Amino acid sequence: MKVGVFICWCGSNIKNMVDVEKVAREMENMPRVVHTQDVQYLCSEVGQQDIIKAIDKHKLDRIVIGACSPRMHEITFQRLLESKGLNPYFVEIANIREHCSWVHTDKEKATIKAIDLVRKAVAKSYHAIPLQSDLLGVTKRALVIGGGIAGIQAAIDIADAGYPVDLVEKESSIGGRMAQFDKTFPTLDCSACILTPKMVEAATHENINLYTYAEIEDVAGYVGNFKVKIRQKAKSVDPEKCNGCGDCITKCPKKVPNEFDEGSSKRKAIYTLFPQAVPNKPVIDRDSCIYFHTGKCGLCQRICKTDAIDYKDEDQIIENEYGAIIAATGFDIKNPKSLPEYHYGNHPDVITSLDLERMLNASGPTNGKVIRPSNGEAPKKIVFVQCVGSRDRNKGNAYCSKVCCLYTAKHTLLLNEKFPGTESYVFNIDVRTGGKGYEEFYERARHKGAKYLRGQVSKIESLEDNENRLLVRGFDGSLGEQVEIEADLVVLATSIEPKAGSKKIANLLGVSTDQDGFFSESHPKLKPVETQAQGIYLAGVCQGPKDIPEAVSQASGASCKAIILFNKGQVKSVPTTAMVNKDICSGCMQCKPVCPYEAISKDYVIERIHGKEVRRPVASINRALCQGCGACAGLCRSGAMDVGGFTCKQIMAEVDSL
Amino acid sequence: MMQQNFEPKIIAFCCNWCSYAGADLAGTGRLKYSENIRIVRVPCSSRVEVQMILRAFQNGADGVMVAGCHPGDCHYDTGNYHTRRRMVLLKSLVSFMGMDPERLLVKWISGNEAARFQETVDSFNDQLKKLGPSNKVRDQRCEI
Repeated sequence: MKVGVFICWCGSNIKNMVDVEKVAREMENMPRVVHTQDVQYLCSEVGQQDIIKAIDKHKLDRIVIGACSPRMHEITFQRLLESKGLNPYFVEIANIREHCSWVHTDKEKATIKAIDLVRKAVAKSYHAIPLQSDLLGVTKRALVIGGGIAGIQAAIDIADAGYPVDLVEKESSIGGRMAQFDKTFPTLDCSACILTPKMVEAATHENINLYTYAEIEDVAGYVGNFKVKIRQKAKSVDPEKCNGCGDCITKCPKKVPNEFDEGSSKRKAIYTLFPQAVPNKPVIDRDSCIYFHTGKCGLCQRICKTDAIDYKDEDQIIENEYGAIIAATGFDIKNPKSLPEYHYGNHPDVITSLDLERMLNASGPTNGKVIRPSNGEAPKKIVFVQCVGSRDRNKGNAYCSKVCCLYTAKHTLLLNEKFPGTESYVFNIDVRTGGKGYEEFYERARHKGAKYLRGQVSKIESLEDNENRLLVRGFDGSLGEQVEIEADLVVLATSIEPKAGSKKIANLLGVSTDQDGFFSESHPKLKPVETQAQGIYLAGVCQGPKDIPEAVSQASGASCKAIILFNKGQVKSVPTTAMVNKDICSGCMQCKPVCPYEAISKDYVIERIHGKEVRRPVASINRALCQGCGACAGLCRSGAMDVGGFTCKQIMAEVDSL
Repeated sequence: MMQQNFEPKIIAFCCNWCSYAGADLAGTGRLKYSENIRIVRVPCSSRVEVQMILRAFQNGADGVMVAGCHPGDCHYDTGNYHTRRRMVLLKSLVSFMGMDPERLLVKWISGNEAARFQETVDSFNDQLKKLGPSNKVRDQRCEI
């Protein structure tokens, strides 16, 4: 065995805090180390050539790298070894950048630590064993979770590439948040006019299968071979028989708040989500329906001409296999009730931007008229409050919700256009208009008369005048003083938050979430649609606040990743799987219940002991299923179980070297 | 018994998906913490065998940290549940051996909790400084 040690400077990133020459020199004293070298950039072409030259010259068969995190460049070096005909698992990386030079301030101590870390890696490399991955087949079928614009776009792209897609939506119609909007910035396109053709395309595409009013129940398996259980909630209306006439909806006596209008109007217990719903067949909301509570009524069943109402319909569990999954679970908006200074919930004329959006929408609760909910009259003076729950950790979320500045500019423009003479005041921290045509759009809003006040609102309260108006107290930065504005209507630009229940989906998918609850991408810059779980991709706001064009681009990116996987048709299995030493396995099978992938099964070996044939039980690993967590190895009492790349010998050698 | 100039030796087993990533993020964010920690990368906290921790103590570690994903967030679904149970038992064993069970720290640190990683290391370091060197199970045969 011949070990070569290479220490990277990473320009000045490591060299400034760690004496790299000293680290390299120290390693010369380690047994079997025949070559040490410090290189300016190991990941560069030149650095790689240095390694290749050393491998040729010294016939190296173990490479130890002291550089950045193995999570960064492990693959780079593994490929290099592969190209030299060495097993890729003969490279060991000591993390002396993220875990050393970047986090310490004392050069002497950091150098000592770096020496320890590299020595630990050298010790581990002595025990490296060659590992191979197998090629596994891929189920060429995709699952998209969430039927908003991101989910729809992802589904259409994959379907256009010729692969079947199942699109699962929790509500009774696809469309998501975009269906609620009136117009979109900066073009003032009618939201429904550009969304509905996409919805229809998704519904009629030969490769897309819609599961509306359905939820994800369970996800098992791994990249290329996911097994998913989908719960199709009982719609109580047979979509095959229903012709969508809507008589049942008209006749239904039970009214409940309409969540699609943010509760500002009523819908029936049997309902379609909105007029252009896809599929445009109603469902019965069993929590509200009189029949399901008392057993009486049954009006809809009696009047249905096609006999489509089925009270006995039950939830069904559909099991399917998929090669890739795209999560597009979308967002909710923060309920501003938790911020009492904004008076939301205490006065009907304090509303959220989404309430206003619904009012502006021609098919909304007011048929496109903007009114004061308190008295139904047209408001003359409207105050917009930005960053409600955003950009302030103490008031909710530390992050910027990204779209509020632009949609507020849109609202002022629409109000100006539809109801001339309406005055708009916008309290803001600052206006963020990054995006094509966005700054111009904001400028247009200001030219048309929207008044922007740079400062935050401290309090909103009721005015005891005849018209029951509101008083908004805030700070105007350009005047440098407190201002008070009497308003007919106050619109709160509330923070965007991850969809309620998306945490459960993340857990099922094995995708981590960030501190705010958004799904974590694999790399913030270079892998924005992948996740740490292979074969699972992200689209839309579930990954972080973004506007429609960004959500659509991300969806196309995510679908492209799935298409790449399907085109390839094969995935490499995880090579760092568990291994059983069948000679010492006692067959106790304690490892079987801890395996989350059901990769361990009981096998038998036949041995001759004292001339007799003995059939002895042992554990056996299905390498295709094993993901290499090592839970089995951690508990094996006979020490028969081990994990490739993290064998007991390797970790013990590391511990011993420290 | 606070010792002057005593720098404890800490060995940390960090799971690849959460805690190791959290430590990486602490690096990327240039958060500063004590130099006394040495991180051993493991695929999952459940990979850590009891022998590995005991060996670390035997080799003169003053503190051992086992860090994994938050319960419910395990990359392998259930690994950290096994860790949690195993470590509860191990803590009583450590205590039975006459060592302060606080020398074994079990923490859940996710991939984006860089600050939590930093705080954990620093507070563990301070605590070990207060406890002083660990000599109970240290294998002194090889030392001069």
